[in-house]
Amino acid sequence: MTDQISRLSPLDAVHVAAGAAFTDFAGWKMPVRYGSDLAEHETVRTAAGLFDLSHMAEFLVGGTHAAAFLDHALAGQASVITPGRAKYSLLLAEDGGILDDLVVYRLDDEHFWVVANAANHDVVAAALAERRAHFDVAVTDETDTCALIAVQGPQSLSVLERVTSLAGPEFRTVPYYGIAEGTYGDVSVLVARTGYTGEDGFELYLDAAAAPALWNDLVAAGAVACGLAARDTLRLEAGMPLYGHELSRDTFPAQAGLSRVVALGKPGDFVGRAAVEAGPPAGARVLVGLTAEGKRAGRAGYPVLRDGAVVGEVTSGALSPTLGIPIAMAYVDPDASAIGTELALDVRGTAIPARVVPLPFYSRKAVS
Amino acid sequence: MTEVRYTKDHEWVTVDGDVATVGITTYAAEKLGDVVYVDLPAVGASVAAGRVVGEIESTKSVGELFAPVDGEVVERNDAVVDDPSMVNADPMGAAWLIKVKFAELPELLSAAEYEELTQG
Repeated sequence: MTDQISRLSPLDAVHVAAGAAFTDFAGWKMPVRYGSDLAEHETVRTAAGLFDLSHMAEFLVGGTHAAAFLDHALAGQASVITPGRAKYSLLLAEDGGILDDLVVYRLDDEHFWVVANAANHDVVAAALAERRAHFDVAVTDETDTCALIAVQGPQSLSVLERVTSLAGPEFRTVPYYGIAEGTYGDVSVLVARTGYTGEDGFELYLDAAAAPALWNDLVAAGAVACGLAARDTLRLEAGMPLYGHELSRDTFPAQAGLSRVVALGKPGDFVGRAAVEAGPPAGARVLVGLTAEGKRAGRAGYPVLRDGAVVGEVTSGALSPTLGIPIAMAYVDPDASAIGTELALDVRGTAIPARVVPLPFYSRKAVS
Repeated sequence: MTEVRYTKDHEWVTVDGDVATVGITTYAAEKLGDVVYVDLPAVGASVAAGRVVGEIESTKSVGELFAPVDGEVVERNDAVVDDPSMVNADPMGAAWLIKVKFAELPELLSAAEYEELTQG
């Protein structure tokens, strides 16, 4: 076990009581699985799974310049987000490298809710503080007081509707990448229709003290507790990047296929603009999806080969629980990145044939 | 049935005459999570104590099977290769992995010693 003192989720006692196995994630003790991670994965694809994501970092950005500040600080254009909607965005370094990927929700004209990766909490906090100069804006770090519970899967909506203490918006009217304010008892809760699994679902932000009761109500309403192991295979199937794997300080947005997230058309300067406009170095590797046959998966760090020569490296890989075949995301040389290119994964000395395929590996059927 | 012995690499071993039956421990199976792929040495293969002879992959990670003894593989459990989830269901029983014919048994851990190792 780990000797490090992990930070505890407000739901820690609930997870212990449920018999969860834990992992250290960015300094937090978080559930990796409750029983079978394959069963948890399947639950999210077919029913409703429940995730504790209280390790995620949340910042409330408010003030008359809030939109202009975020337009400057982030790669996306926060100022064009309609109140009640959200956008996936990036925090870039001056040299164009990715410091974090985050979701920006617009609560009203002057308030945004910014959700960042746990591992990048300090980097994001520092960057927001530094980039705030000259803007009339307050940035409040809500990470310690805010719990995040995600309900994910095709039955998420009906699960939420069964929790009678959860009131406010008609959840079914909250659009994908939308957010609304509701209440759980007398506690206010932000209800966002976002997630990281490739399924319909909701993310609920509320005061940490109220989280255990809401979690138990959601379980009683039919959601099944799922750990970070299932979350990782779900997001991988959905082709979603994970910071530290597909995204890093040394990755340009274009390499990761995220040029669309960078709003080069927005007025004014933003941190990283010049570097993004100059583009990554010629020959920089690009992110692709790979599938293979058999059951042996490529894992992060494994070489990608073409005719025996190394042309890339796997960043995430698993035997896809939904598809039953090995899938991987990898950075490969541009001339090895075309869809259909035949490559190989060096799985601990054995070359396993693999093929470049479009991402995502898995898409849900249209939301009803 | 003889006493179950253990290795520091999280295999269990039982001995019947000059044949050792080898599997991975409950602790190792729980650490791995759901096992989705098992690779075992062929019958007739020579194995050396402490060397990697197989792989046990879960959705999250790869575990290696180390031979606990020098010897020759006389049987392998193809049922586990066909249904790797057996490793999670019954790691200390039905999901034994290989049987190795040996000349000399090395020092192995007792149940108490292994328990101490996994709680340390």
